[in-house]
Amino acid sequence: MGIGEAIRLGRPDREGGHVAEDVTAPTNGERDPAGLLPPAEPVRLLAPDGTFHAHDDYPVELSDEDLLGIHRAMVITRRVDREAINLQRQGQLGVYASCHGQEAAQVASAWALDEADWAFPSYRELGAAVVRGVDPADLLHLFRGTWLSNHDPYEHRFALLSIPIGTQALHATGFAMGARFDDNPVVTIVYFGDGGTSEGDPHEAMTFAGVMQAPVVFFVQNNQYAISVPLAKQTAAPTLAHKAVGYGLPGLRCDGNDPLATYAVTRRAVQQARAGAGPALIEALTYRMEAHTTSDDPTRYRTEEELEEAARTDPILRLRNHLRRLDLLDDATEAGFEQEAAERAGQVRDAIYDAPHGDPLELFDHVYVADRGDLAAQRAQLQAEVAGQAGEAEAAAQAGEAEAAAQAGRSEAAAQADGGDA
Amino acid sequence: MTVTLAQAINRALTDAMETDDRVLVFGEDVGRLGGVFRVTDGLQARFGDQRCFDTPLAESGIIGTAIGLAMYGYRPVAEMQFDGFTYPAFEQIVSHLAKLRNRSRGTVRLPVTVRIPYGGGIGAVEHHSESPESYWVHTAGLTVVTPGTPDDGYALTREAIASDDPVILLEPKRRYWMKADIELPVTAPPHTQAIVRRSGEDVTVVCYGPMVRTALDAAAAAAEEGWSLEVVDLRSLSPLDTDTVVASVQRTGRCVVVHEAPRTLGMGAEVAARVQEAAFYHLEAPVLRATGFDTPYPPAKLEGYWLPDVDRILDLVERVLAY
Repeated sequence: MGIGEAIRLGRPDREGGHVAEDVTAPTNGERDPAGLLPPAEPVRLLAPDGTFHAHDDYPVELSDEDLLGIHRAMVITRRVDREAINLQRQGQLGVYASCHGQEAAQVASAWALDEADWAFPSYRELGAAVVRGVDPADLLHLFRGTWLSNHDPYEHRFALLSIPIGTQALHATGFAMGARFDDNPVVTIVYFGDGGTSEGDPHEAMTFAGVMQAPVVFFVQNNQYAISVPLAKQTAAPTLAHKAVGYGLPGLRCDGNDPLATYAVTRRAVQQARAGAGPALIEALTYRMEAHTTSDDPTRYRTEEELEEAARTDPILRLRNHLRRLDLLDDATEAGFEQEAAERAGQVRDAIYDAPHGDPLELFDHVYVADRGDLAAQRAQLQAEVAGQAGEAEAAAQAGEAEAAAQAGRSEAAAQADGGDA
Repeated sequence: MTVTLAQAINRALTDAMETDDRVLVFGEDVGRLGGVFRVTDGLQARFGDQRCFDTPLAESGIIGTAIGLAMYGYRPVAEMQFDGFTYPAFEQIVSHLAKLRNRSRGTVRLPVTVRIPYGGGIGAVEHHSESPESYWVHTAGLTVVTPGTPDDGYALTREAIASDDPVILLEPKRRYWMKADIELPVTAPPHTQAIVRRSGEDVTVVCYGPMVRTALDAAAAAAEEGWSLEVVDLRSLSPLDTDTVVASVQRTGRCVVVHEAPRTLGMGAEVAARVQEAAFYHLEAPVLRATGFDTPYPPAKLEGYWLPDVDRILDLVERVLAY
């Protein structure tokens, strides 16, 4: 059983959840831009110290079980994320893109989806993957280079990690168009970052989604940096959420380190999209505590003071404090989550450490559905090369043995000779 | 009945949509207008604006949403309005459309057809006459086909839509109005087989798409000179039916490859390489290429100088015969 499966089994049935009233989209001239503008302040329900402040527009419809489930998923995410960094440091992964600091943005937004909904991730979405029941080891094979992907997207409704920035926004939009055409109440969410909002594809995606009224939620994790480039050099927009207005989408903002606000804002957008009210853009304000990837050196572009400041808004600590105040999280439960997270990290480690590479001939197996004669010939060539290398290795091993035996023989003869001399 | 290439493709789209209600046709101006070349004429009226619809003017968006629709379970047929406007969609085609099945170990199938009117010869303004086939052929995961006749327009379009692999369907726009006397639906050999359009003994002329007509004209002119040309229409550029080409060259001993696209790293280079690999001892002369030049596509008034024509083909035929 994967991590997320266990988590999902603990989730309550949401079929009776809130569904917004069916809304018919207005035509261009009727659209009121004021209604699309983001709020002056991002929605925040939990202060950094864990105190709760209710918001009339964003009631939190989460059971105690949900709250604990979100906390547990965040704890597991952070521990597995740390394990992945360790694995890279030990030469087991080529590279890894950490989500440390973004756990609330990812876990709480994914928690806002129904089982049949789909998530389209970038390459930094471990937290969302955990909620969707994807085994993190399956994702890490991409970074190890064992294979490009190892999970079944249809089983988890979690698309393949997408490395070209922002491109997956169009896939989420197309998928949502399909759902709308079929009157299938499926919603998609697409994850991308502040840097991604400068690429063309998310903009084309929002254009299409607006025109087609596709049930897709554009979820931007504004983690303040695109590798080293800060937001101020990325855009002159007042906020990233303002970009939605140009496409006729509501631009929403939430404190992305506040899991309750992230959940409430995302859940409302998801349910409105499901009810036919169309797509939305959410800017979740968060902070990438780690380097862009393990290949990056963030000391070249940000200060210790900035990190210390960001650490004060840590999402896991915030929900922990809240749950403690509610008496929902006792020492034993907390220790249990930590223990489980360590076990999951151990399982990931076992799956990745020294994992053998795959069958080189598989390189030819999935390129086309159709049989391709030209590829068959190239496959045969590689097969012969592999067999030749194996043969050489075997011959070398045999030669080595023969040499060793010969040496042993010489030693023996020498010993006998020595003995003879003696 | 007399059918143009455009009409044959239109009929293929109609029949495919009739046969499978998961087939969607979309792109810029394909709905109410019926496409700038009228290839999608009548589809929206017949199947409704959810099966045939206009998209915003954004090519990456068209291909990217086609990928999402295919993941969902649809069978999209996406139109790129002109060859020169496929470039905004290059990333979606190369990084996702071509690779997603492989990346997912076969879990994700993308039965997407990308229709691209391509090539020159219609006096068009800049960016409307490109021959980008080498980009697609060089990209693993794509199937690339191009009809040179109206009957193939029908057959290859049906085959492309039925394929569970993504297919780039290159439609030679200057031949849209080319007529044939055929009854639709037609059947044809699968795209994996090249077709000998004219049998001959002296020189094999390999061509595809818009150059099939030109090569046949060259063969007719050559006959007057007493040269017998065999014209091989590749039909599919990826995969490439090497066997049919090689079998022909093994008989003729001489080969000229014709395409509009610039010469360097064009299909001619690949055909020449394969011919010398497979038929080295049968060759009486080097394989020569009658192609466009390694320059940007010229302005309309100069395209007649740039495009391969009967004379350019016959000059090379004469040269290979002189060996």
